[in-house]
Amino acid sequence: MTGTLSSPTAQELTPDELLEAYRTMRTIRAFEERVHDEFAGGDIPGFVHLYAGEEASATGVCSHLDDRDAIASTHRGHGHCIAKGVEVKPMMAEIYGKLTGSCHGKGGSMHIADLSKGMLGANGIVGGGPPLICGRALASQKRGDGGVGVAFFGDGASNQGTTLESLNLATIWNLPAIFVAENNGYAEATSSSWSVATDDIADRAAAFGMPGVIVDGFDFFAVHEAAGEAVARARAGGGPTLIEVKFTRYYGHFEGDQQLYRADEVAHARENLDCLKRFRARVTADGQLDAAQLDRIDADVAALIEEAVAEAKAAPKPGADDLLTDVYVSY
Amino acid sequence: MDDRIQRVTMPKWGLSMTTGRIVEWFVEEGDIVGKGDDLVDIDTDKIAGTLESAAAGPLRKIVAQVDQELPIGATLALVAPAEVPDSEIEAAAAEALAELESLAQAAEAEPEPTFVSVGERSISYVTLGGGEATPVVLVHGYGGDKNSWLFVQQPLSEGRPVHALDLPGHGASTKDVGDGSLQFLVDTVLGFLDALGVERAHLVGHSLGGAVVAATARAAPERVASVTLLAPAGFGGTPNARYLRGFAAASSRRELKPLVGDLFADSALVTRQLVDDLLRYKRLDGVPEALAGLLPTLLTDDDRQAIDTRAILAEVEVPVRVVWGREDRILPMPDDGDIELVDGGHMLHMESANAVVAGLGKTLE
Amino acid sequence: MARTITYREAINEAIAQEMARDERVIVMGEDNVGGTGSPGEMDAWGGVLGVTKGLYGRFPDRVMDTPISESAFVGAAIGAATGGLRPVVELMFIDFMGVCFDQIFNQAAKFRYMFGGRAVTPVVIRTMWGAGLRAAAQHSQSLLPVFTHIPGLKVAAPSNPYDAKGLLIQAIRDDDPVIFAEHKMLYDTSGDVPEDSYALPFGEADVRREGDDVTIVAIGRMVGTALEAADELAGSGISAAVVDPRTTSPLDLDTILELVEDSGRLVVVDESNPRCSLASDIGAQVAQEAFGALRAPIQLVTGPHTPVPFADSLEDLFIPDASRVAAAVKTAVDWTK
Repeated sequence: MTGTLSSPTAQELTPDELLEAYRTMRTIRAFEERVHDEFAGGDIPGFVHLYAGEEASATGVCSHLDDRDAIASTHRGHGHCIAKGVEVKPMMAEIYGKLTGSCHGKGGSMHIADLSKGMLGANGIVGGGPPLICGRALASQKRGDGGVGVAFFGDGASNQGTTLESLNLATIWNLPAIFVAENNGYAEATSSSWSVATDDIADRAAAFGMPGVIVDGFDFFAVHEAAGEAVARARAGGGPTLIEVKFTRYYGHFEGDQQLYRADEVAHARENLDCLKRFRARVTADGQLDAAQLDRIDADVAALIEEAVAEAKAAPKPGADDLLTDVYVSY
Repeated sequence: MDDRIQRVTMPKWGLSMTTGRIVEWFVEEGDIVGKGDDLVDIDTDKIAGTLESAAAGPLRKIVAQVDQELPIGATLALVAPAEVPDSEIEAAAAEALAELESLAQAAEAEPEPTFVSVGERSISYVTLGGGEATPVVLVHGYGGDKNSWLFVQQPLSEGRPVHALDLPGHGASTKDVGDGSLQFLVDTVLGFLDALGVERAHLVGHSLGGAVVAATARAAPERVASVTLLAPAGFGGTPNARYLRGFAAASSRRELKPLVGDLFADSALVTRQLVDDLLRYKRLDGVPEALAGLLPTLLTDDDRQAIDTRAILAEVEVPVRVVWGREDRILPMPDDGDIELVDGGHMLHMESANAVVAGLGKTLE
Repeated sequence: MARTITYREAINEAIAQEMARDERVIVMGEDNVGGTGSPGEMDAWGGVLGVTKGLYGRFPDRVMDTPISESAFVGAAIGAATGGLRPVVELMFIDFMGVCFDQIFNQAAKFRYMFGGRAVTPVVIRTMWGAGLRAAAQHSQSLLPVFTHIPGLKVAAPSNPYDAKGLLIQAIRDDDPVIFAEHKMLYDTSGDVPEDSYALPFGEADVRREGDDVTIVAIGRMVGTALEAADELAGSGISAAVVDPRTTSPLDLDTILELVEDSGRLVVVDESNPRCSLASDIGAQVAQEAFGALRAPIQLVTGPHTPVPFADSLEDLFIPDASRVAAAVKTAVDWTK
């Protein structure tokens, strides 16, 4: 794993870009750990799926994207939202089911979206996103605006027909689409080593006539490099790419999952593979950033999350008036 | 057939009318009828109307029975002096029945509307009749179209061409109305005459069309043989702004139907088909904008008449007739001036078509 | 002015006029061009029944063939709609919703609500429905009740060429996802259709015939069947109104109620299977809202609770016909306590 320190994009990022990447990953981590605690305290309703451990994937990919670009996410979507620029406070309020939430309390954890930021929604349906992203990529292709679409999906969704159909469609239409298979080892409680027929999800790229790459999902720089290549190819009209990002999720499938199916890989990952630890070690060793800069970000983020939770708890719930609105633009 | 026998026939009320249904006879066999007497109520898919007698004398035979659906031109009744023998009458009735099929075919093969370019716009019109006499051009009102002349165009067309056009923004013509001004509409009418190669015409205008033909006569007197204004805009008095603004804004049957009733003295004349046709027109792309664009030409912001047609007429040198329906609820009849009155409401050319046609006949002579 | 064209031509004209008016409108579906990648001619089909024929020639960059991969391309149309295009996507037969329904009802229909009113998904899913073509159980269903059931979707089911053009133009201009259901037995029927563009508002029923004794509500092809029955009934002195809701979501219940208030009798004709059908839905709403006005039990005329059969002898029995409608009307008119 130490080999990633020599990743060729390391020197291509400016200090500001590195700080931004770190801030994003730290925000996701702090957000998710806090939600984990709050959920355990019984304050958060419904189903919550946490992204902790996977931060390098959303951050490494989305650092290449701008407002032209759209992403589709999964039920484990908080990290993708934050990486694509969705405001943290409305996200937290949404998870609490409050009127001030990103979706006015009508969506919840699994449906946080901000279309103005190109975030096409977390998605409660496994495999729901890839067809939509084909459409976003098509829209950019037709407009000629250079935009790309990125579908994040898990190892579970890699077995869904929607995903496989989308890989096919993206190639035959030569869409500016990137398919990011986030293989965290489990679809719910079932191991991807059993449920995915090929050795790797990326192997399936060949079947659909597109490049497929496997990257270490704990390494921001590895993800950043692979995604950079895929995004550049897509923007230049070179068609889609399948990127398989391998890592481990730090928490269960959903909050409350006893995780009886797992061995002790999480402790090992947290200790030895963690994306934030490795990022910090690398950029400080290179002398690109100093530890104090990163500590300040840690403190800023902690304060932001603290405020987000306090405001979310204090915010009003949607009322009867809100039940019937927002079904249609007009009816 | 004995030429003393006069036939009462199914009229043609409008381009799309191919048949009519007998609703009720007001006369019986043996009655003496006079010209203009109400004979029979006839229902079409557009509008119900009363057929007035064009003949005078004893009604010898009623050929068409209540509820019968008959093609235009079909014989409905026979009027003949008493000295014509019954056998002749029966023979004529039999002949009438024999004609029904060919009449039905002829009714289906009516002249189609066509288009002519006036400037950048495409103007839809239909011509009935032909011949050497000075043509007549019929100019409808705000929100109307060439079909509003349904009871008038055919009777006028003996021996002369009668053209009914759709103004821009109306019917099948281009929907763009430019600046929507009266001058624009005048230019359109003159351009229409040019396009058809009509050097001089009798102009007949209804409502807004009345103001348009008056202004056309002022602008180009050499092109205009006479003007007849039916319930013209711009004669002062308080216009029905509720109707005008409501018509411009209405987008559903519920909104439109109560307004359309104001057009007629007898609101019962408003059929579902009439409202449907208006709604279909109003829903065409560009029509709401056209109606909105023309509205200020008719109506000031404080709901007064925006045109002064009397002032225009003061400068018109060709013969002028002004005709009004006694029960007009859109543009109430002014209480002074040289105005002929007929029964009916704002749509006098539909409700009192015979009187309007008779008056026009005099002008055209 | 009165120009007669077919239902198929009216749909084609609506799409063509909207494509000319708005470059965001794109068309996609299986063989909507017909011939992509093949050695012969392009525009070979224009869809399986030729509805989109000729559009490719006029708008080559905006009419696309798709693979037979409904989840992907219907989903792509939905995604593209969120991205600023106005896709008109063809789901060849409504029955094929079975392979792509998630994209329609969990994605397109839900975005606006789930995302707190911040999504706009202007997609039109054109699809062919209904029995009568001897196409058997997987190509003949109604299924309109399934779509009508789902909040967030609008459902239009034109019964004639004029409505087909105006409702489709409205569907394309509409900012909500629309299921545009074209009855396969109506494609070759003709009617007067203006050449100009026009949009018919959704949620406005069309009273096709007025009548005092009974109100017949009919959907899609059944409108013609109901009109035929009404003609037949007029001969027996029964005056029947025929109402075509035109869209089942939104539904113009007000117009239906107004007519039932006058007639006191309701017959609903819907070729769907009977359970949880449009007929049962409309019947239940009228029973709840206008119970006091009813002078007879509401009569529902639907297909039976079976798949659509293949043999012509069976399919003809499946589809409600004018004599069944007339019989239902007579049951209502003759009913006494």
